[in-house]
Amino acid sequence: MTTGIGARIERKEDRRLLTGQAKFVGDIKLPRQWEAAFVRSPVAHGRIRAIRKPEGMADRVFTAADLSDIRPIRAESSLPTYNASDQYPLASGKVRFVGECVAICIAPTRAEAEDLAEQVEIEIDPLPPVIDALKAREADAPLLHEEWGNNLFLTTFFDGDIETLRKTAPVVVEREYSTARQCMNPMEGKGTLAHWDEKAGQLVVYTSTQVPHLIRTGISECLGLDQGQVRVIAPDVGGGFGYKCVLQPEELSVSWVARKTGRPIRWTEDRREHLVAGANTRQHHYKLTAFADERGRLLGLDAEITVDVGAYSVWPFTACLEAAQAGGNLPGPYDFGTYRCRTFSVATNKPAFTPYRGVARPGVCFAMELTIDAIARAVGREPSEVRKENLVPAGKMPFTNVTKKFYDSGDYPESVAQAERHIGLAGFRARQAEARANGRFLGIGFSTFTEQSAHGTKVFAAWGLPLVPGYEQAMVKITPSGSVEVRSGNHSFGQGLETTLAQVASEWLTVDISRINVTMGDTGLTPYSTGAYASRGMVMAGGAVSKAAEVLAGRVKTHAAHLLQCKPGDIRLSDGKAWFGKAHVGFEDIARAWYLRPDQLPDDVETAGLEVTEGYKPEIDTGVFTYATHAAIVEVDPDTGKVAIEDYYIFEDCGRRVNPLILEGQAYGGAAQGIGTALFEEVLYDANGQPLTSTLADYVLPGPAELPHFRLGHAETLSPYTRHGIKGVGEGAAIAPGGAIVNAINDALSPFGVEINAIPATPEKVLGAILRASAAREAAE
Amino acid sequence: MKPSPFEISRPVTLDAAQAALRGDDHGTKLISGGQSLGPMLNLRLARPAHLVDVTALPGLADIRETDSHVEIGAAVTHARIEDGEVPDPIAGMLRHVASGIAYRAVRNRGTIGGSLCHADPAADWVTAMTALGAVLVVRGGTGAREIPMAGFMLGAYRTAMAEDEVLTTIRIPRYSDQARWGYYKICRKVGEFADAIAAFVADPASRTCRVVFGSTGGAPFVSAELARQIATTGAVPPVETVKAVLRDSGLNLSDVKIHQLAIAHSRAVTEALSDA
Repeated sequence: MTTGIGARIERKEDRRLLTGQAKFVGDIKLPRQWEAAFVRSPVAHGRIRAIRKPEGMADRVFTAADLSDIRPIRAESSLPTYNASDQYPLASGKVRFVGECVAICIAPTRAEAEDLAEQVEIEIDPLPPVIDALKAREADAPLLHEEWGNNLFLTTFFDGDIETLRKTAPVVVEREYSTARQCMNPMEGKGTLAHWDEKAGQLVVYTSTQVPHLIRTGISECLGLDQGQVRVIAPDVGGGFGYKCVLQPEELSVSWVARKTGRPIRWTEDRREHLVAGANTRQHHYKLTAFADERGRLLGLDAEITVDVGAYSVWPFTACLEAAQAGGNLPGPYDFGTYRCRTFSVATNKPAFTPYRGVARPGVCFAMELTIDAIARAVGREPSEVRKENLVPAGKMPFTNVTKKFYDSGDYPESVAQAERHIGLAGFRARQAEARANGRFLGIGFSTFTEQSAHGTKVFAAWGLPLVPGYEQAMVKITPSGSVEVRSGNHSFGQGLETTLAQVASEWLTVDISRINVTMGDTGLTPYSTGAYASRGMVMAGGAVSKAAEVLAGRVKTHAAHLLQCKPGDIRLSDGKAWFGKAHVGFEDIARAWYLRPDQLPDDVETAGLEVTEGYKPEIDTGVFTYATHAAIVEVDPDTGKVAIEDYYIFEDCGRRVNPLILEGQAYGGAAQGIGTALFEEVLYDANGQPLTSTLADYVLPGPAELPHFRLGHAETLSPYTRHGIKGVGEGAAIAPGGAIVNAINDALSPFGVEINAIPATPEKVLGAILRASAAREAAE
Repeated sequence: MKPSPFEISRPVTLDAAQAALRGDDHGTKLISGGQSLGPMLNLRLARPAHLVDVTALPGLADIRETDSHVEIGAAVTHARIEDGEVPDPIAGMLRHVASGIAYRAVRNRGTIGGSLCHADPAADWVTAMTALGAVLVVRGGTGAREIPMAGFMLGAYRTAMAEDEVLTTIRIPRYSDQARWGYYKICRKVGEFADAIAAFVADPASRTCRVVFGSTGGAPFVSAELARQIATTGAVPPVETVKAVLRDSGLNLSDVKIHQLAIAHSRAVTEALSDA
């Protein structure tokens, strides 16, 4: 069986991950290693008056005053109106959210470090907190960063002729939507272990990150070290989802203390730290006005998007990425001509916004998909019909949309048609009516999106980021025994890249992936890569491995031709061997000749050897677009507000599927997270900015019992612009569930005159809406 | 999330346990399965200097039965009850309630006595045992005494036990073959603490009828009024009637909570009466 591209095979890494043999930061133990605990701000907003270390503990407790030689995290942006923030790894002057690091304490064990942390006294003069992003925009709001004169990291404006439409459009639908603040909750939290390696003259930082090469740059710049003095190693990483794609203040403090004390220092994030200081994503508010004709054909959209960014601008992705993506991606897969959108990226006293699987699109997809259904209800048509008519038709591909997104390929309406067929829309309305007659409330909902993946240099440059990805590089090598080594600076934190990159190499070299070893995540061993984010791994690292493996395959043929006494062009690779007709030599023979017995090769043999590093960038810089339609049937219990998902179908087109099994896993996992967004997950704060959801008893994640049996369907429209026609897919399935499920809830609840426009649609919210609607009806009668 | 320093002992006699409880004037706490106390220790919300593990005390892991009662040792795990090791006082209710507590991993260690003494308003046993009319046997310095479940829980995380008392046994009266029960809880997800619990137990043989609401923010709320109504009519009270009772209960409940409690009640009673 071939293990190349398209093979449906189990993951190479699963044996170690599933049998407890993986090595995470928490598993590493170095001689003389101590543990760190952080003292974190107990208030949301305040001015630090004093920090007192316990008696005799000056060399065990460190504050911003000690770390005075460290540069703050400062993410610059070239976008106009942008305000940058200085985030010191330990708060300096002010604290701006509950959970912000104030001091770092070290001790032989974590428990002792926590004992020490408790004894640190901090005096803070409280300031009024900024909790509500809409109020934070008002002129009299308290200020987080006084020097700005407002609370706005960024405002953007995309203009369009909405005023004409307002006068002429037959149908106008106005809505407000909101999405809750979330925590990403990877199974493994953050963790960092740093030590100074005297022999190498390097600070070695083991850290749970998606972007080891970026973190090397970040640590070097903040600590004032040459990059050659810093080596970052991301060992096994237990989930990232974006949480681990930015420079973390804790990485800097731990690195500084390790260097200062000469001791290996480790910090391991615990779940409470995660739920408090990691409450950093997804919180959006939308004001939308959609204009349509009598059939529901979308004519234009007027939007105001407010993103609750939190206190600081993360490096390197800045506080602006979310709103920039939201404003650009709101029109999504739809074909319409007029668009106006204003975005506000607002500073609040909450942890700093970090991009989470789907980046902005779970919010924009929710807002857009509910609007499509609202239009359909306004014109009295089946929502999926209206959806299909508004989507970019296949005949218009490639298509440049109203925000200049270049959709490379695909048949968007067909994805809805497939979803209709498989979820059973045709018989559903009769079943729904019958159920209603029996007091049961079923609803159906659809949600379609495009997922820009592997967006390239120009896209990131347009977002004004301080650090822009370019070429991705990879090294592929044949060892003296004929096995294969692949090295990539990208990283796998659960996506299966160890397997899929091996499959790409196997595609060219025909060696079974069991003989292909993939090394990632260590800046000391791998070619430069900006890392794993933006669904770029398979397109970019896969492309680079493909290119390197292709070149290497050519060299294998050259050497094999010497051994088989033929021309390189006559050689065919198959089954890990080089063939000339029926004669063949194995990779082990070729490798032995090159490395151990060069006397068997002619004197004029090509000297480049069996080791190739290549760089890769797709033919277009604008990203390639995966798309999908999700369809859900739900039953709402109007007495409890509980939503049960009866059926869930996903139709997805991500171009060439490198490994269908892994792809399905990504879809299941992403959809599960999307269901968390849709129905369960919500960070809550009181009026003082104190988080109310600091344990998993309060912050509810869906479990296996809450998830449906997902059904999947696929198309493979190859991208014309990438190697093998691959498109990115890692984020996609997390994007659509909010739209599909809440559209289904609203369909189910139509007899009650209830419309849910905020997620998560918790039982309390759904039941509350039903009770209020019924009270209002009674009052009116 | 590491606890502050504490010492732990695992006495094998009740006298030794009581001596440990009396020996220190600040912060000695009993620990049984540790499924509630463990997280509180790790969050440093509970910071006892001493922990006394009760699981080795004589009789605490025992299950006994008499003609009139089933007696469960305080350190018997939820899992043992779920698995049917406890004689059935009333048509499967204990196994049903036990199987719905958190997850199997928690049930393997968590104990019925620990749950009752922890007195979380949203926990299952405080409501179920109130509905069953259980009596708790506690042993203090001056000997044993019995506390009826109805007066055991004083409020959220507060009970009628004195500081040096140890819960040893839960005594549950046996019910007749004609007894009916219903137990319904509304949870956001499987295994989570409930948003609303309703329990109903009725036995014509002993002229018993109890209606209890749990997860009300404090001690379980017992409604004699609803019990009387059901006993008289033999029918499920209208939801609006139940809501009126909850509104007049003096409990501080939101409209959503009242509705959920009333629905849980309606479903519990329907379940109990459906096969009558």
